[in-house]
Amino acid sequence: MRTLTYFFIGILFGITLFKSEAASWFRIYEMFQFKSFHMYGIIGSALVLGVIITQSIKRFKLKSFYGNTIVIGDKPKLLKSNLYGGIVFGLGWALVGACPGPIFVLLGAGFTPVLVLLFFATLGTFVYGKLKKRLPHLKVKDPLFDILLTKCRYFCIFACILFLNHFIAR
Amino acid sequence: MNWIYDPWPWYIGGPLIALVMLLLLLNDKKFGMSSNLRTICAAFGAGKSTPFFDYDWKSQRWNIVVIIGALTGGIIASQYLSTQTAVAIHPDVVLQLQELNILDAGQAYMPETLFGNTAWKDWKSLSILAVGGFLVGFGARYAGGCTSGHAISGLSNLQLPSLIAVIGFFIGGIIMNHYLIRYIL
Repeated sequence: MRTLTYFFIGILFGITLFKSEAASWFRIYEMFQFKSFHMYGIIGSALVLGVIITQSIKRFKLKSFYGNTIVIGDKPKLLKSNLYGGIVFGLGWALVGACPGPIFVLLGAGFTPVLVLLFFATLGTFVYGKLKKRLPHLKVKDPLFDILLTKCRYFCIFACILFLNHFIAR
Repeated sequence: MNWIYDPWPWYIGGPLIALVMLLLLLNDKKFGMSSNLRTICAAFGAGKSTPFFDYDWKSQRWNIVVIIGALTGGIIASQYLSTQTAVAIHPDVVLQLQELNILDAGQAYMPETLFGNTAWKDWKSLSILAVGGFLVGFGARYAGGCTSGHAISGLSNLQLPSLIAVIGFFIGGIIMNHYLIRYIL
């Protein structure tokens, strides 16, 4: 029964990604060219609602369908790996235009070469697992970096204003 | 009801993604797709040789069900919920892509040269998919998540690591999109 629930959530997710064009290579290309608000609208609106949902769950200690208090754990602070891994991911994302969710949606939509993508993405994960111990992960021990991070929120707000201005100005 | 068959605007798509995250949270689960790649590795027995894959992957089977659902959603959306799937991207981007020999920009859902059946006979396209796929799989795990896990779940929880990762996504993406892709396509 619970399995069926996950299946239907997945269907909703798949239909949404396909119909909103978030799974389209063209939309991702356009996003990195900053030529359309579409992808930013999708991620941005999901995020605004996501913040409201997540923060309400934490504040009001909401319970799940099964009566457990929902626990939303913190992400491990491995800032070096977040940055380096993020850059590697971004290079791939901009090239093939698909992140792990859309890969499966596109497969369903009949774009069979995505199988190559899936195979190599799995291989990439496997190689990461093999090399994990040899890659830098831990927090950067650099006071300048720390200051940058603490000022991060101001920088982000500033970047968002600049960014919205870019679209409104047209 | 005709709007269902048209491409959905961002203000429908974004909130539905947030709804997916909410539904998973209400089922005691969290929203993140790239961990499935780790689960696949572990399910194929990678845990025997590599500690990173030596964990209780069976507890992650629910997430595999979610991606099977997403695949099914892809079938339903493309077969039954779409009359035409051409993505109306910005005219400047269409021109730019035509110069890069992607001639179906603005007229298709995905570029035929990379994702159509002809790609199977083209070593260049297959190599691009292989390299890109590898970077996505490697990078997502190294960063600790992908667009769903970091950009949606993590940022919603106001996590600094997620913010750093998303900044990384855009650094990598902009380098590829603005400087490298023209030599690759």
